[in-house]
Amino acid sequence: MSEQALDHLKVLELCNFVCGPYCSKLLADLGAEVIKVEPPRVGDEARKRGPFLNDIPHPERSGLFLYLNTNKSGITLDIKTTKGRGILKELIKKANILVEDNPPKVMKELGLTYRELKKINPRLVMTSITPFGQTGPYRDYKAYEMNLHHAGGEGYLLPTQSPDLTREPVKAGGLVGDCICGLSSAIATLAAAYNLNETGVGQYIDASKQDVLMTMVLLEIAMYANMGIVRNRLERPLLMPIPMECQDGYIMISALTDREWQDLVKFMGNPSWASDEMFSHWLLRQTNGDKINPHIGEWAKHYKKEKLFQQLQENTLAAAPVNTSEDLVHSAQMEARGFFAEVEHPEAGKLRHPRVPYKFSETPSKVKRAAPLLGQHNESVYCGWLGYSKEELVKLKESGIV
Amino acid sequence: MAGVQQRRVGEVKRIWDRIGSEIVLMRTAALEGVRIADFCWLWAGAYATGLLALLGAEVIKIESMARVDPSRKMTLTIGQAFEGVDHSPVFNSINLNKLSVKLNLKQPKGVELAKKLVQISDVVTQNMRPGAMDNIGLGHEALKEVKPDIIMLSSSSFGAEGPLRRYGGYAPSFAAYSGLTHLTGYSDAPPNPMTGSTDLMSATTSAFAILAALNHRQNTGQGQLIDLSSVESLAVFTGDALMDYLMNGRVRSRRGNQDDIMAPHNCYRCRGDDKWVSIAVSTEEEWQAFCRVMGNPEWTRDEKFSDTYSRWKNRDELDRLVTEWTVNYTHYEVTEMLQKAGVAAMPSLSNQEIFSNPHFKERKLAVEVEHPVMGKQVVLGAPWKLSETPAKVTKASPVMGENNDYVFGELLGMPGSEIKQLIEEQVIY
Repeated sequence: MSEQALDHLKVLELCNFVCGPYCSKLLADLGAEVIKVEPPRVGDEARKRGPFLNDIPHPERSGLFLYLNTNKSGITLDIKTTKGRGILKELIKKANILVEDNPPKVMKELGLTYRELKKINPRLVMTSITPFGQTGPYRDYKAYEMNLHHAGGEGYLLPTQSPDLTREPVKAGGLVGDCICGLSSAIATLAAAYNLNETGVGQYIDASKQDVLMTMVLLEIAMYANMGIVRNRLERPLLMPIPMECQDGYIMISALTDREWQDLVKFMGNPSWASDEMFSHWLLRQTNGDKINPHIGEWAKHYKKEKLFQQLQENTLAAAPVNTSEDLVHSAQMEARGFFAEVEHPEAGKLRHPRVPYKFSETPSKVKRAAPLLGQHNESVYCGWLGYSKEELVKLKESGIV
Repeated sequence: MAGVQQRRVGEVKRIWDRIGSEIVLMRTAALEGVRIADFCWLWAGAYATGLLALLGAEVIKIESMARVDPSRKMTLTIGQAFEGVDHSPVFNSINLNKLSVKLNLKQPKGVELAKKLVQISDVVTQNMRPGAMDNIGLGHEALKEVKPDIIMLSSSSFGAEGPLRRYGGYAPSFAAYSGLTHLTGYSDAPPNPMTGSTDLMSATTSAFAILAALNHRQNTGQGQLIDLSSVESLAVFTGDALMDYLMNGRVRSRRGNQDDIMAPHNCYRCRGDDKWVSIAVSTEEEWQAFCRVMGNPEWTRDEKFSDTYSRWKNRDELDRLVTEWTVNYTHYEVTEMLQKAGVAAMPSLSNQEIFSNPHFKERKLAVEVEHPVMGKQVVLGAPWKLSETPAKVTKASPVMGENNDYVFGELLGMPGSEIKQLIEEQVIY
């Protein structure tokens, strides 16, 4: 019996930076054999981006790269050369899945379209992740994560509860825009892999990052079409959840149903303002939120966020502290679930990494290896997978193809 | 003689190929034949199985008048209540293609019927507080007894293990705990909880995990329990910030649209009411192109903006100067000029603008469905195009209990009289 859920899948990754690499990282973390193809010498763009260990830039010590490429093997190959493309095609013959995130124009110029690749591997599942998809007037447009977060419709709504419209709309924090697109593309990829195993038929997946981001706010978008409601980031007189300031940070409290509201009022010691008629029903509270929130803010500021969180939750109220990375790393919950795991890397040493957000009872995700050094697995892949001799590999290295 | 035989072999092979390809052609969806007994509710639960339903899984939503999915009745996003349980465009948007049965799990007979449904399903999904399903006799152990290779997804705020496992939460609270809220917003203003998107992101994570388990079961015959934490499903999106803390002890904070190294990298005001364009300049080549499009104004030659690092360091001043240019044009004009020159730019689109956007129309992400009660509804389908087994919106969301007859009658083979009896007993309720 296999040890991990996806260890029957061979995946070739022709991706750069965050989105595509995150897609295949998800597969690698569940056991798929992922071979990451990087351009010789320079490697993946993420190698040049921080955070770097001890703030010293080094292509093998980028925390971003290390995080996004755990459990993968890495080879170098110059696919801009004819020989390089020939080798790539040999690899594609042996793969079940190809994930790539190059501009549609580039793949066409290189002769690496699905139509061509299907000829050499009819069972191939090929996933192309691009900013705007393979069709439509924007297909050749350039866009980074922030552009897409705004083109996808959520940026325009952030920050929610803005006092006015004088300041610019903003993107979501962290790597959300890129990672969610990688995750969503992984769903389509695994659905196609499932179908492949049922029928023997491979297929092509055209994943558009803009489309993925739009679906994340589909409720806001559909609201215009079905209810005529135009949304923006202006403050609305809504009841929490908004962050309430505590002594040492912020807390988010949800008390939306009547039951939750009554529990909260009781917990606050039944203040007299809470008995007002206009707060007596969830719909009324919702539309009079601007009158309630200041009271709760006044009350919350006397507490510490972690303590208030624990107390509210003990009273079955959905509250949570607004955590920083530091808070999360030191959370007893994360500790108990083993969310952070130590990974040993030849250049970066022992480092803790965030892991996966799910626990599989029979095939738990494992850290098998750290992110690859640039070209670390050239020999095992070219000589192992493809059966090249060491002499041939040396020649390829000398010619700069590998 | 040998020639005849060869011809016959050839004939048989042709027939076989034809039948083979017909069998293949009969399959139109990637997850055809996968049945999901869906005990999920609210957004984070509903959209997980919603995505799988778009890929062709038969998702049977197990609901009850004794415990109605709140998104059937109201939306907190805009503070609105809907009439009855079948008038919610919100519920409709995230429960497309699904079937619905009414089943009262507060009754022992309801639980027994639920088990029968699990017996004929491949996947069970639920997002109640950890322990709630066990308390009513529908925990993983109990379900494994009736269906040994069942895949069960249990999704909760903090996960089913650990000291906080019994704590509950909605999207704003699990986003807060995850660290994502702290990283969203202006650097000089409070943290921002984002929109309901965080619910759908957790849902997307669930759909991925289920698919991984389905692929494993297809390969080995083994089912399993997936314990998913919504907090963690968002925390993984902050990998750069977490690595910075883990490697360097640095605590990152929110910073609007800003990037680590790129500048310009922001939203800039354009002509019109609350219109903005996002512009991101990465390479020197892009910077030069950007300057050309602006008509190479004097300030672009200032030493303060002479290289990537200087531009980043002086980004506030740079942003002010860029705005002086963008305010003269619409966000679409700026986008077009810059894209033509190879510079990344896109308008910050409102939900209204999206519907008149030519690219959006061409991609056909929005489709119309006929809802039995609400009539025509516009919904968003799947964000990927699969060449052989396209993900499709095949029907609107189900009205409450729409498929009682099909599921209890056809799938479970219960006679009409028994169904009627159970309706009277408020088991099918």
